[in-house]
Amino acid sequence: MSGTKKLGLRQRYEHLTRGLDWETTYQPMDKVFPYDEFEGIKIKDWSAWEDPFRLTMDSYWKFQAEKERKLYAVLDSFAQNNGQTGISDGRYANVLKLFLTGISPEEYQAHRGFAFTGRHLRGAGARVACQMQSIDELRHIQTQIHTISHFNKYFNGIHDFSKMHDRVWYLSVPKSFFDDARTSGPFEFMIAIGFAFEYVLTNLLFVPFMSGAAYNGDMSTVTFGFSAQSDESRHMTLGIEVIKFLLEQHPDNLPIVQKWVDKWFWRGHRLLGIVAMMMDYMLPKKVMSWKEAWDIYFVEAGGALFQDLARYGLKMPKYHEIATAEAEHVSHQNWCTFYQYTHAANFHTWLPDNEHLDWLSEKYPNTFDKYYRPRFEMWGQMAKEGKRFYNNALVQLCQVCQIPMVYTEPGDPNTICFRETQFNGQRYHFCSDGCSDIFKNEPEKYVQAWLPVQQIFQGNCGGATIPEVLDWYGYKFGEDNFDYVGSPDEKLWNEWHADKIKAAS
Amino acid sequence: MSVQIKTINLEPKRQTFSHIARRFGEDKPASRYLEGTLDIQATENFHYKPLWEPEYWHYDLGKSAVKMADWYKPLDPRQYYYATYNISRSNMNTAVERNFTFVEERGMLAKASSGAIGAIKRGLLPLRHLHWGSNMNMSEICQRGYGTAVTAPCIFSAMDHLGMAQINSRVGLMIDGQTGTSLDEAKQTWLSDPMWQETRKLIEDSFVERDWFHLYTAQVLGVNAVFYNLFYKNADAAWTDAATAVALLTEFQSDWLADETRWSDSVIKTVAAESEENKALISGWAKNWIVRAVVAAKPLSSALLGDNGAAAETAGAAALKKAASLGLAV
Amino acid sequence: MAQLASITLMHNDDARPVIESIIADNPGVKILNMPGAVKLDCDGRITVNRASVEERLGRPWNLQEIHLVLISMAGNLDEDDDTFTLSWRH
Repeated sequence: MSGTKKLGLRQRYEHLTRGLDWETTYQPMDKVFPYDEFEGIKIKDWSAWEDPFRLTMDSYWKFQAEKERKLYAVLDSFAQNNGQTGISDGRYANVLKLFLTGISPEEYQAHRGFAFTGRHLRGAGARVACQMQSIDELRHIQTQIHTISHFNKYFNGIHDFSKMHDRVWYLSVPKSFFDDARTSGPFEFMIAIGFAFEYVLTNLLFVPFMSGAAYNGDMSTVTFGFSAQSDESRHMTLGIEVIKFLLEQHPDNLPIVQKWVDKWFWRGHRLLGIVAMMMDYMLPKKVMSWKEAWDIYFVEAGGALFQDLARYGLKMPKYHEIATAEAEHVSHQNWCTFYQYTHAANFHTWLPDNEHLDWLSEKYPNTFDKYYRPRFEMWGQMAKEGKRFYNNALVQLCQVCQIPMVYTEPGDPNTICFRETQFNGQRYHFCSDGCSDIFKNEPEKYVQAWLPVQQIFQGNCGGATIPEVLDWYGYKFGEDNFDYVGSPDEKLWNEWHADKIKAAS
Repeated sequence: MSVQIKTINLEPKRQTFSHIARRFGEDKPASRYLEGTLDIQATENFHYKPLWEPEYWHYDLGKSAVKMADWYKPLDPRQYYYATYNISRSNMNTAVERNFTFVEERGMLAKASSGAIGAIKRGLLPLRHLHWGSNMNMSEICQRGYGTAVTAPCIFSAMDHLGMAQINSRVGLMIDGQTGTSLDEAKQTWLSDPMWQETRKLIEDSFVERDWFHLYTAQVLGVNAVFYNLFYKNADAAWTDAATAVALLTEFQSDWLADETRWSDSVIKTVAAESEENKALISGWAKNWIVRAVVAAKPLSSALLGDNGAAAETAGAAALKKAASLGLAV
Repeated sequence: MAQLASITLMHNDDARPVIESIIADNPGVKILNMPGAVKLDCDGRITVNRASVEERLGRPWNLQEIHLVLISMAGNLDEDDDTFTLSWRH
């Protein structure tokens, strides 16, 4: 016995993990794994799966425990030192409101979704990677709740985040995105979340945005953000391994995978419009514009990725050029929408001040002065005259992404983009060709959508008036909604900073 | 002119989230366990039925026959959330490393009799596959179950089983000089040695159970309470002169079983106490799986302990007694 | 078009020797500093060498410790006991 021989990482991982599974004989394999064939994906040989990272549980526990000890030490000291008083501005807290109600619940969905693929994909190596991602995603929602819990003690709008996520009109955008992924088959889930979302798109959220949190003095959020990202790099490796594996296994997989890549890229692009707005409008101190982030993380990094995948015949996602063109518009169009509907949002809005307007002009030389600055200046004038602009109409939502119809035609920023189609004698509406295509591929799925506006009209949302609906959402009227200026959040912030404000005036 | 002295107001506006305040009152802060667990799974207004199971929503109360007015009642007495879970396991794993080094440095397995090594190969190493099966079941319950209070500890448990399968594998690598041949043999044993077949059949049958709480009962009262209890608590004699080494190398499993049981007992007890219907269902499931587990474990205890199945019977009797103490009619 | 292989690391004391060794070992590396993070890009391929990090750290360093400071990456990962490489070319 030569027990002293030291195994390399790869061999050790293989010995400890490979071969744990077996072909069942007392129950048919197809009954043990009932879900991994209906999508039409063909797998000839699961043993060709390359384990993307070779982490055994002993190392996993050790590293993750160390990360958690560090993270919670920061959270504790942030709370003890009342770090919330040291952020750049009271407005900053509003990004955390969007985060906890719109993003954290999706971490949870990812947790349960990867538990599903972690049980139901037939290959053992893929399952182990999925299970690790599942428990990581649970980490993410829990660390996010624990971080933002301290802000909840002082700021409004997030006290009922779970209920809000299930009910609030615009939160059906992220919820339906993840419901869509969760209800897809296991391979589509892997492409949707593992590849399209984790690999292609989450950098946009977790790198520049979290860097922004650091820049705005929120050490607790940047710590959970970057700490979560350290798991994310494992998840990205899983995402790229999944797509390569499917494309290598059988040529028939290519058209299926391409369709999923097209669909989930477009859905993800729509979803991330919320992050675009957080970066361009909601961070009081800015690190980079959405457009700059898009260029680095999609145009440059996504370009390199798809150049690599071209050898399998995979093409850039359909409508990627439109998405890139929209990066010059999306944050402005979204913030304009929330400004008009501030009474129906669980976070506060405000008009950018002159310095902010100048920054936007500089960062968006092709679009901002031409299309958006005049609108903000007009609303500023109206507010000054006591006629702050509110939009009280209930808007039509896109049947797929569920965003109100506020986006403009490609190449024509003065015309709202509408698409429609008939299915089973009903007419359905879309914000774009991307969403319309997605519907046409799976109309039976998208006709089921729980559309918040329709649900209000059908009387399923607490009543017929806006205050009744907002109450059903869990809002405290006059505290959670409306402008930042004049809000209880602002009042408290000003109390904390009374000395500085006095000195400045 | 008056002078007003105001201290900075750092009194919190609220102590915790509204959904927690609705359960426990407005006036007290909640623990990280509660804030990270309660009500974080979506419950209503779902958008699409799963393509793979259109008869249910992806989170659906109908996926088990047992009913709870509130699935956040069966809380985890260990109060694990991700951080505390990992820190606990990381500490347990420090002991694993120490024990492996201790056994290795003293050549405890190298000096063991061939009979002891044979018993480990035939009796202990194939357990890695039972852990793998248990990992599949706990992942399944996590994805299929309802309410984070129960489902979150299930992914912890799934990872525990993977970790324990890996610890068992390391015992094999210590025996075979890091070549993995003992693991290949153990797999053959698992697949074709008659003494393991009832066990393999039992775990394969559990893979196709669709009712998630039924599966939970099978796993924690059948597999854990009978097999792991037998192997990690009551099988020292099987490893003869290597018993101390095996006790050291499987200390994690033994500690884990105590930890897991504290949680799983509490879940069974709470869910059974909810209603007579729940109690009847769970009692039936528990009895069935415990009895099956004893039948499957008997050839193992006969072969390894030469006791004609007595240790399996004892583990089964203890499992039934425990089930009764949790309020089940078994 | 250039295919950038990329690693983003936290900007802290634990990551410093890793950042330094990447800069030393990957000629032509492009550095993007952000608050709290640093993004290192290299055309085609970027490598972390265990030995280089150990030299700077003055103690044995397990390559998997990189997970404690890693924020993001781009490229196909190849990881063994001595190197952690991201690359686009095959």
